[in-house]
Parts: sequence; structure tokens; C-alpha cells
Amino acid sequence: MSTNPTTITAPAGLPFIEVTRDFDATPAQLFRVATDPDLVTQWLGPRNLEAEVVEYDVRPGGRYRYIHRDADGTEYAFRGVFHTVEQDALVIQTFEWEGAPGEVCLERASYTKTDTGVRLHTQTVFPSVASRDAAVESGMEYGIRDSYDRLAELIGKEQS
Amino acid sequence: MSIDNGQLDRGFAALGDPVRRALIARLSRGEATVNELAEPFDITKQAISRHLQVLETAGLITRSRDGQRRPCRLNPAALEALTSWIDDYRLTAERQFRRIDAILETVKEQDS
Repeated sequence: MSTNPTTITAPAGLPFIEVTRDFDATPAQLFRVATDPDLVTQWLGPRNLEAEVVEYDVRPGGRYRYIHRDADGTEYAFRGVFHTVEQDALVIQTFEWEGAPGEVCLERASYTKTDTGVRLHTQTVFPSVASRDAAVESGMEYGIRDSYDRLAELIGKEQS
Repeated sequence: MSIDNGQLDRGFAALGDPVRRALIARLSRGEATVNELAEPFDITKQAISRHLQVLETAGLITRSRDGQRRPCRLNPAALEALTSWIDDYRLTAERQFRRIDAILETVKEQDS
């Protein structure tokens, strides 16, 4: 299993983020993993903890909501609506972190067959540059906290 | 770890220009004077100076006085702050993608 590179573009002064990633699978297989609620549960969420998927109804007009719990029990809930769903090809949805109500993003995810597999390309439009930056920085906080967690684990191992 | 938002904004705005990114790329290979920096470009030295001013205001480069020379130098710490801003977002995204990779392996086994 290879690890394909992830390309992230967050242009200065514009409320966009674009992410491109190839997967060694067919568009149908990736689409299934990205839309089947039972499979979504296994990867969705910002950290190495599984998210509780309350609903994930991938069809035009369908809703989704999932809750992520930190190790200390803090809950982060996310929700949105699926606007466009083209089987194995395209999903357009809204995205909102309930901790920042009204800061709703529009996300477009396309699945394109390549010579070696499938390319996932997601474009997110944020309501403002500030909210885009806040979203990126929250990811950063997670990253830092993850590092501390890993460090704590290592220290624990050293001590036992 | 605290991030100075104003500095981040200035940093990203400073890097939002291809000439300034090229200047940063050149300075990542070592210090250089305005004349040396201007050489590969088809724009005036004044324009290059203005770009350098933006980079300096954003804290991405520093200018020292070395007799008659005023070489520009990168400020690696400031660049690091900018790259770490996106890198942790990247880490989070990549972690999810690797989980998807693993699930896809299972899905592919079931399909075959």
C-alpha cells in the first residue's frame, strides 16, 4: 500500500482551500468509502479517534451530522446538507462546525479516474478569509495536541 | 504556541505574488544584494526594492548593513511559522487519507 502525496492550496487573501489526493482504487470504491455511513465512521473526524456519525444521507437534499469527541470529552459537532450527488463522480455539500454557527462552507468533491486509480479533488469555499484561516488553524491546534498526545504516550512507554 | 495573526496575514499576503516568491526562493540559497536579486528579472530595480520592502515588513527577510553592501537574508523562523500553519492542516488531512487508504484495501479484497 503506497502513500500518495496530498496537495493543499490555501491562497493568501482568498477564502479557498483546495486539496488533491490520488488513491489506488477505482472511483466507485473510493466513492463508497466516502459515502457509506458504516465506512465513513471509520475515517471521518479530525484526529485518530472515530467520529460518531449521527446521520450521513448522501443524496440530493440529504443531511449529515457527526460528532467528534476529544480525549477529555469535549464535543465538536459538524453538519451540512448534500446538494448534488453524482454516483462515483461528484458531491457538492455544505459544511458547518456547530461551534461557529453561520460560518457555512460550500464543498465540491470530484472523483476522476486516472491511469493508476482515482483522483479526489476537493474545493472548499469559506464565507470569509478569516473563517478559512480559523479552520486551518484549528487543524493546527489538533496537530499540536496530537503531538503532545504522542509525546505523552512515548513518555508513558519509557516509564513503564 | 501562539500565532500572531497579523504577522500570518502579512506573511501570506507577501507570498501571494510570484516575483516575491521567486525572491524568497533565491534568498533560500543564500543572502544577496538588491542588485543581485534584480538581475534575473525584467522589472526595474525600484520595483524589486518595493517587493523587498513588502517581504521585510512581513518579517520574511532582514536587511543588514555590511559596509556599502546591504544584503538581504531570509528569516527562516518567519517562513516556518507560515509553513507550519498549513502543515498541521495537511497532517490532519493526510491522516484521514491514510485511513481511507487502509479501508480501501479491505474494500478491494471484498470486491475481488
